[in-house]
Amino acid sequence: MLEVKSLTKRFSGLVAVDQASLSVAKGSITGLIGPNGAGKTTLFAMIAGFLQPDGGSVSYEGRDITALAPHVRARAGIARTFQIVQPFEGLNVQENIAVGAYLHTPDASEAMRQAADIAKRVGLGADLTKGSSDLTVAGRKRLEVARALATQPKLLLLDEVLAGLNPSEIRDVLPLVRDIRDQGVTILMIEHIMQAVMNLCDTVYVLSQGRMIAQGEPKTVCEDPQVIEAYLGHGAAERLRAEQAHA
Amino acid sequence: MTKPRLATLAIIVAALAVIAFAGLSGALLNLMIFMMIIALAAQGWNILGGYAGLSSFGHAAFFGAGAYAMAVLQTRFGVNAWIALVIGIALGALVGAFIGFLSFRSGLKGSYFALITLAFAEVARILANSWNFTGGAAGILLKLQTGLPYLQFADRRYFLLITIGCVAIGLVVSWWLEHSRFGAYLVALRENEQAAQALGVDVFAVKMKAIAISGALTAAAGCLYAQNYLFIDANVAFGSWISIEALFAAIVGGSGTVLGPLIGAIVLLGLGELTKGLSGGIPGMDLLVFGIILVLSVAFSPNGLVMLMKSLGLRAPAKAKEA
Repeated sequence: MLEVKSLTKRFSGLVAVDQASLSVAKGSITGLIGPNGAGKTTLFAMIAGFLQPDGGSVSYEGRDITALAPHVRARAGIARTFQIVQPFEGLNVQENIAVGAYLHTPDASEAMRQAADIAKRVGLGADLTKGSSDLTVAGRKRLEVARALATQPKLLLLDEVLAGLNPSEIRDVLPLVRDIRDQGVTILMIEHIMQAVMNLCDTVYVLSQGRMIAQGEPKTVCEDPQVIEAYLGHGAAERLRAEQAHA
Repeated sequence: MTKPRLATLAIIVAALAVIAFAGLSGALLNLMIFMMIIALAAQGWNILGGYAGLSSFGHAAFFGAGAYAMAVLQTRFGVNAWIALVIGIALGALVGAFIGFLSFRSGLKGSYFALITLAFAEVARILANSWNFTGGAAGILLKLQTGLPYLQFADRRYFLLITIGCVAIGLVVSWWLEHSRFGAYLVALRENEQAAQALGVDVFAVKMKAIAISGALTAAAGCLYAQNYLFIDANVAFGSWISIEALFAAIVGGSGTVLGPLIGAIVLLGLGELTKGLSGGIPGMDLLVFGIILVLSVAFSPNGLVMLMKSLGLRAPAKAKEA
């Protein structure tokens, strides 16, 4: 469904993303992990159209979308959430979500009705008239997801929706992500929380210093020595193996 | 965020119309006409600066476009006043689209956008001041011809009614904004442009529409100004005074609200006139009062008088963190 081919992005000399490729199968939950500063969010921004790549291509449903503006991609069915939540402060929860719903209906009352439905679906049903700044961190993350869902996406890009949540909140959100996929939305998610990645993802890609260093099922990827070294430093994989042998 | 109902707006407009016929003195009628013209200009500013968050320092460009269209079309081409009014409003939208195209293309926002609008208005002022076609520095004097077809009335109350009618249109436009997709998109891009784009909002197109509507409303105010005073020159039509009054009235009244610009214009001009009277006409006294009001309103009611009135009744949640 989504095909990313050797995307490259340079920020004046620094290569943030270096020929990264990945593909997301329709109906899957695909994870993108990697240490801090690996370039995950930059890669996401290029997929969603917020940054223009210096090389490579993005194609979606067989169509090259590399040059399309973000709002055109949204209309084609790609929705994203932001790592740092970006609610519309002057609007309440329902109105926030309605901005997304307006993508498919010009009618205000219809958009507000859809917004209420989606709010209920993500667990914000009781907060419709709250200001977005009155929500808890978890609430705002839900709002991000709700707004993106309101655009009726086919592909949902989730950028660390679980970051900043406590364990019980994470347990609440996991079924929501799975539920979204079960409704037919393909998901590509950046995530740091391994519990979530192991739980949710069918395939995982690992980005380190801008390069894609591993891919595969979550379990195999976690045992990949290259991945372990990317996270824990040079030689870590060997040390771990030695320790396991001793134990 | 309680939004005024259409019925409330109708009552306010009706009240204004009643006051117009309540036997006001000539001076008060003139003041009210001026209030309505400024309110209309401020309503235009409010669409762009209030709802879309694109503060302009150069709404004089639109005001002047309307005023000059009105004056030039009638004096040079003998065009009927009503037709000139329509053309003037259209010209305001066109000037808006022109300025918008150039600045939004390059993604100008915030103070950069404010400065560029100021620059456009200044260029327009200098051009109008030196071009013979627009009467140069001498300005343009409109012929006095009373009667409905000429949009001039021996009885000033009728002209006041027309300005109230235009303000009513401005109120309805703002009301519609608060109940439509377009309005929601404006607020969305004001609050967070990136997030709006991610939700499929074509921010360039939305901004272009906003500045065109904004320009049209403020140009209408310019048209009425020319038709009321029957004289304009570059400093009146394109002078920074009108840019300031427009944004001042909207901000003091409550930017991004339906009633803010109207309330702001009435309060500001009312107080200005009052101090002129009390101070015995010391020049600049009303400006001093304007300044004090601005400081007070920013300090105590950053969301404008509209919000202040509401919070006096019911303490609204403090949501003005970044305003």
